[in-house]
Amino acid sequence: MAKIKGAVVIDRERCKGCEVCVVTCPTQTLALAVEVNAKGYHYSYAANPDACIGCANCAVVCPDGVITVYKVKVG
Amino acid sequence: MAEINTNDIVRPENLTYVKSKILTDNVMHYCPGCGHSTAHRVLAEVIEEEDLQSRTVGITPVGCSVLMYNYIDVDFQEAAHGRAPALATAVKRLMPEKFVFTYQGDGDLAAIGTAETIHTCNRGENILILFINNGIYGMTGGQMAPTTLEGMKSSTSPYGREVATMGSPIKMADIVALLPGTCYVTRQSVNTAGGVRKLKRALKKAVQYQNEKRGTCFIEVVSNCPSGWKMTPVESNKWMEENMFPFYPLGDIKVPAE
Ligand SMILES: Cc1ncc(C[n+]2csc(CCOP(=O)(O)OP(=O)(O)O)c2C)c(N)n1
Ligand code: SF4
Ligand code: SF4
Ligand code: SF4
Repeated sequence: MAKIKGAVVIDRERCKGCEVCVVTCPTQTLALAVEVNAKGYHYSYAANPDACIGCANCAVVCPDGVITVYKVKVG
Repeated sequence: MAEINTNDIVRPENLTYVKSKILTDNVMHYCPGCGHSTAHRVLAEVIEEEDLQSRTVGITPVGCSVLMYNYIDVDFQEAAHGRAPALATAVKRLMPEKFVFTYQGDGDLAAIGTAETIHTCNRGENILILFINNGIYGMTGGQMAPTTLEGMKSSTSPYGREVATMGSPIKMADIVALLPGTCYVTRQSVNTAGGVRKLKRALKKAVQYQNEKRGTCFIEVVSNCPSGWKMTPVESNKWMEENMFPFYPLGDIKVPAE
């Protein structure tokens, strides 16, 4: 059966670490990093990239528009 | 089946979402998680998708969003506090071919600018009023606004808003919906993906109604102010769902007859 696989690219330096994307993601793909970016924010990153289904919910709620989403059909 | 890795997915032909080019590359000054940023982003998407960039004039308010013109790449005019609908009236009457919107906070629209809001809607000016209701004066340090909920603490209602002395929170969308000049009045949100997508559809309707010269469109976005509310962004969204949405229910209040 065809499956959708997604991937996110997050602009680390523009992320403000608000966590809104993390709680929105239905597949727990995202997390805030322990490290901080140059502005001192714990930036969001794909902690569990294999789980991403490319639904774009994270990008749609990201206030600062720093998430870009890609997806492909596999299988 | 061979495993597919991120590099195979991140290719131009697989692009699913990227921010609109009409949203400039300037980093928005808003606090982390602030709904103003999300509202800007969605508005920029609609301007791009509706091909409105060259014929849009936005009117910015006084409030946190005073610098909005740095973020959305269209023509803007800055208004004095609360006067955006008056300025929008002039712009639209002089240049009726333009898509004209105001963007206003609740202090701007529902306190100092109440007269302009009501009379612009009553005249049925053919503009969009985009109203960001975060229940507080964000920019100046979280003072009570006309929209502050009963019992809600702010820097000028430290024990919570008391109706007996401070009045009840005011529902601007319901008020302007009573005026014959408004054609479309709706209340939306930006804290969930579904909410953002609905706001986008509402904005597109407002573009259509303005093209059809139907009258004033009024879109309220019930939003958060994590800094003024003294919460994390995620806490503020939860608080908003539990406290703001019951008093300011989401959905259409007035829709034009087809
Ligand atoms: C004539 C005038 N009166 C008062 C002020 C101070 N002032 C600046 S912003 C603001 C309130 C903004 O609150 P709101 O419209 O809710 O926007 P927010 O900052 O929450 O987005 C006030 C009272 C001013 N700039 N000009
Ligand atoms: S695209 Fe969907 S699944 Fe992937 S990280 Fe974003 S919200 Fe999660
Ligand atoms: S929603 Fe955007 S700004 Fe907030 S943590 Fe996620 S990527 Fe960063
Ligand atoms: S003070 Fe409130 S409304 Fe203003 S940018 Fe910060 S969170 Fe947003």
